[in-house]
Amino acid sequence: MRSKVIEILAGLFMIIGFLALLFLAFKVSGLTRLEQGATYRVTADFEDIGSLKVRAPVQVSGVTVGRVTDIDLDPDTFRARVTMQIDSQYNDLPVDTSASIFTQGILGSNYVALTPGFESEHLRAGSHIETTHSALILENLIGQLLFSLKSDKNKPAGSAAHQQPAPNPA
Amino acid sequence: MNAIQRLGRIGIDFCGHLGVSGLFLCRAVFCRPKLRQAWPLFSYQLYKIGILSLIIILLSALFIGMVVALQGYNTLRKFGAEQELGQLVALSVVRELGPVVAALLFAGRAGSALTAELGLMRATQQIGGMEMMAVDPMWRIVAPRLWAGFIALPILAILFNVVAIMGGHFVGVDWLGVDDGAFWSNMQEAVGFREDIVNGIIKSVVFGFITTWVAVYQGFYSEPNAAGISKATTRTVVFSSLLVLALDFVLTSLMMGGW
Amino acid sequence: MNSIVKIQQLCFSVSGRPIFKGIDLEVPYNKIVAIMGPSGTGKTTLLNLIGGRLKPDSGSVFVHNQNVHALSRKELYQLRRRIGVLFQEGALFTDLNVFENVAFPLREHTHLPEDMIQDLVRMQLHAVGLRGAANLKIDELSGGMARRVAMARATVLGPELMLYDEPFTGQDPISRGVLVKLIKELNDALGLTSVLVSHDVPETSLIADYIYILAGGKIIGAGTPQQLLNTDAAQVKQFIHGLPDGPVAFHYPANDYREDLKL
Repeated sequence: MRSKVIEILAGLFMIIGFLALLFLAFKVSGLTRLEQGATYRVTADFEDIGSLKVRAPVQVSGVTVGRVTDIDLDPDTFRARVTMQIDSQYNDLPVDTSASIFTQGILGSNYVALTPGFESEHLRAGSHIETTHSALILENLIGQLLFSLKSDKNKPAGSAAHQQPAPNPA
Repeated sequence: MNAIQRLGRIGIDFCGHLGVSGLFLCRAVFCRPKLRQAWPLFSYQLYKIGILSLIIILLSALFIGMVVALQGYNTLRKFGAEQELGQLVALSVVRELGPVVAALLFAGRAGSALTAELGLMRATQQIGGMEMMAVDPMWRIVAPRLWAGFIALPILAILFNVVAIMGGHFVGVDWLGVDDGAFWSNMQEAVGFREDIVNGIIKSVVFGFITTWVAVYQGFYSEPNAAGISKATTRTVVFSSLLVLALDFVLTSLMMGGW
Repeated sequence: MNSIVKIQQLCFSVSGRPIFKGIDLEVPYNKIVAIMGPSGTGKTTLLNLIGGRLKPDSGSVFVHNQNVHALSRKELYQLRRRIGVLFQEGALFTDLNVFENVAFPLREHTHLPEDMIQDLVRMQLHAVGLRGAANLKIDELSGGMARRVAMARATVLGPELMLYDEPFTGQDPISRGVLVKLIKELNDALGLTSVLVSHDVPETSLIADYIYILAGGKIIGAGTPQQLLNTDAAQVKQFIHGLPDGPVAFHYPANDYREDLKL
């Protein structure tokens, strides 16, 4: 039974298995995205990152350009320091780009959205994004809403028009 | 007193069997084979265990993929989410159904065949004869089968995944009218290579290890007569299946815990 | 010691049941020694003890002046290469054909070139009369042919000791005749020593030089075939002549017959 045919079939079996694995990788899980390729590191500090997790996408105008790789606490300012790896092909983001944390869909997970600025200098490896907008925290929103409702009630009816509280920063 | 004694004896015997099977595994895995001869033996076993199981694995995969798509479509339609069908089929298959069902089918078909074959060799004194001819049956008979099983099941599970997803595609897109592009793109968004596919493969590697180990051990140490062989074959199928399902739970909870 | 096999005070039991209760046995060089006895007395077990596959509870087995159970695994395998065993079922490898089965020990233990292996295998098969059957599959062989192939395989490396486990059991008269002839001829031609385990008195008496009779875990008789045929010892006599009643009773122990029939 040391037939050559059987050995060839066995080898074929392993090859077909490997090809099927490639199929799964590319067609089923869309692996061609970002996993490899050169990236450069950028950091940003946030007041509140909400439920942002490592490996969340970093997007510009809805297109994924990178991933969050690390979330730390700055020991001096006690703000959250988010480290991102941006794909090297997107190397012309201005230095005054701002970073915000939004939610995918209504109930989805958090991601980082970059809004490009206007400067001519570009972000490079090790750059730090200065302007950030933290995530919307539901409890804060409710608190502000309750507060504004209460102060509405406490004002006399006539002066309600003059004393609308300013819209709260997001 | 008798019932307790019997329970105690069962416990002690179980530990004994576990020990023997552990030592058996070590001897078989770490034996030193004659490499020139080991490859033909191994590839012959890979053929018998892997290729001859292909038909049952692929047919089952096809039917399972189609059924999941069918059932999933019915439920998703209530939420207006039919376009997510691709994601549903792919995640169900790649995370759970692929590794587990392939392992169960493997245990039933290839595992029982392994046990019966080794039991028969034991009964006709081929194993004893080989030992008396100063050839270690460990590397000649046991090790090729063990390694073939370790490698065959992950490959079969991957093929299962592919065929099941294609089956789901056939039912979803060609039959139920889900959009082809949406099918694949939603799937690609939702299925992560490391989290889902690689984890599924890890599961099938573990399952392959367990089912083959149980099958080969039961066959090698079966009683050398017809009744002994049939008992051993039954034990193989039952133990492998239970172990696969239990380990699936353990592995899933480890993996869901965040890898 | 000028015996190839020497067994001293061997005691062995399985699951508490004693199989051997102190056996002494010697197999001189170049002789055919038969070990006979009723079924189930552990004759195959004895061969397994000689080959080192089982360990005795006490006593010792010496083969070629080496204590079999004191050997390391490697040394045991070296010793086993000098012993050929013919199993009751033949124990041929069902996934190889006749030729490959006989060639197996050569391929495993020697580095002989392929054409030499071909010649040796053909010579072995010719010696057992099966040279034309070289390409048959194992399940195409009759029982007698399978045993002959097994003999060819067992002797291909030129062992010094051959162990035969019930070679005549279940064979038709012609096969038996063939096997008897082969065992005797191989023993003389190759200068072997043979240990034959059997309960076929007529065939064994034809070729054995010395016979041990085993019953109840002990040796109850020993001698040349002629001596045993003429013995008066009751157990031995019953066994040798196949008498239906004697020390091994015809009736299984039971109550009084009349009481059972309620007369």
